[in-house]
Amino acid sequence: MAEKAQHPPVIEVGDGAAIPRAGDAGLFTAWRVAFFGAIAAVAYLAATRPDPYFKILMFVPDGILVTFEVTVGAILLALVIGLFTGLGRLATHPLINGFASLYVEVIRGIPLLVQIFYIYYALGRIVHIPDLYSAIIAMAICYGAYMGEIFRAGIQSIPRGQMEAARSLGMTHTQAMSHIIIPQAVKVILPPIGNEFIALLKDSSLVSILAVSDLLRRGREFASETFSYFETYTVVALIYLVITLFFSKLIGLLEERLGVDKRAS
Amino acid sequence: MVEAREISKYFGTFRALDRVSFDVYDGEKVVIIGPSGSGKSTLLRSINGLERVDRGRILVDGVDIHDPKTDINKVREDVGMVFQAFNLFPHKTVVENLTLAQVIVRKRARDEALERAMGLLRKVGIPEKAHAYPGQLSGGQQQRVAIARSLAMGPKLMLFDEPTSALDPEMIGEVLEVMKALAREGMTMVVVTHEMGFAREVADRVIFMDSGAIVEEGPPARLFKEPAQERTKLFLSQIL
Repeated sequence: MAEKAQHPPVIEVGDGAAIPRAGDAGLFTAWRVAFFGAIAAVAYLAATRPDPYFKILMFVPDGILVTFEVTVGAILLALVIGLFTGLGRLATHPLINGFASLYVEVIRGIPLLVQIFYIYYALGRIVHIPDLYSAIIAMAICYGAYMGEIFRAGIQSIPRGQMEAARSLGMTHTQAMSHIIIPQAVKVILPPIGNEFIALLKDSSLVSILAVSDLLRRGREFASETFSYFETYTVVALIYLVITLFFSKLIGLLEERLGVDKRAS
Repeated sequence: MVEAREISKYFGTFRALDRVSFDVYDGEKVVIIGPSGSGKSTLLRSINGLERVDRGRILVDGVDIHDPKTDINKVREDVGMVFQAFNLFPHKTVVENLTLAQVIVRKRARDEALERAMGLLRKVGIPEKAHAYPGQLSGGQQQRVAIARSLAMGPKLMLFDEPTSALDPEMIGEVLEVMKALAREGMTMVVVTHEMGFAREVADRVIFMDSGAIVEEGPPARLFKEPAQERTKLFLSQIL
């Protein structure tokens, strides 16, 4: 065997929010300051200047709900698309592999906003479904490509011996994948998927350009009626911040609970 | 049990196996020795189709395993394989490692599979670890579980790919004991190993390989004492 080439140091920066992990004291403190600071700022503004701040707060909750719907719907669909894309990228069949790779390359090469517009209007030509669903599908198709790469990397990270042992016991490739490889890969890909979830949560604000009344769009509606643009977007930004930080913390706790990275063989 | 005829295998331009022919008879214990890179593992792995040979033919129990019409999974149900790196399933408990394939491949009832698994764990001496995870076991224990996992399928032939090479010295004995017990029961075994003591004691026949070819073979008593080939002599003098 040839000696492995010395790799240059690798830096990893995810596009989601930093997920705080126990032991990273600096990040923890920053998280606390940002999270509670944002809540305190909104509370202070709403209490001291109810017009417009309290009014804004009363106006946008519908939008928060829609933002959640888009995020959760899109992430679930993206996970399914991602699993099949990841498997497709690893398939030896040239057609399946080619199709999956093409999907990933095309999606990664087009700005998200352009894709959302495109898929939304393309879908509109084929089927008539509520705007919310079009938005969810558009987001899922975009994120499915990134998810696919995560699944691919996760599956590839499982030692080859696992597949060999499973196949040696007479399991088919599909059985080995579903019982042995994928359950182990899921543990590996949980942190990056958490990252994607946060990123998707933030990117879901892009659907406000469609006729979907998410948090950002509700804010814009309020602002265009009252002309208090600065005040509205201040509140909207702080709400996004609180939600994002809340989920990044929740995901961090979830990972700890599930013992990610702990049970190496 | 195994009939290999003129098999060749290339990794790129490297010739891992060069027109190798050999047989393994029912109940026979064959030990394959040789320097690293000599093709012994490749030969072993080609018997259950983990490596596909580029030329030649391998029959296992009369079935041509490289015939596209052959269901390789069916063949593998009857051929157990034990790896150097154990390859237990780390996300499953010991007993789940033993029952999974019985249930989904052999289609045995869960109770029957469980009973069989526990019987085998007693046989390899670690029934108390049934509900532990592989990561909580020592290397020797893991390898004994791996052997039990293969046996749970009820194989006709067992392949061992350097089963003790990844073990700390004090754990080698316990794994070899399990393998010797298996040999006494009459299991057909093909073992790639550097444990010459095991070869001498258990093997009906020892095959010495070098550069992808069989250099010499014979009963251990003769091969170890008076090797006919110069290369065998040299190898034995280096490791004994």
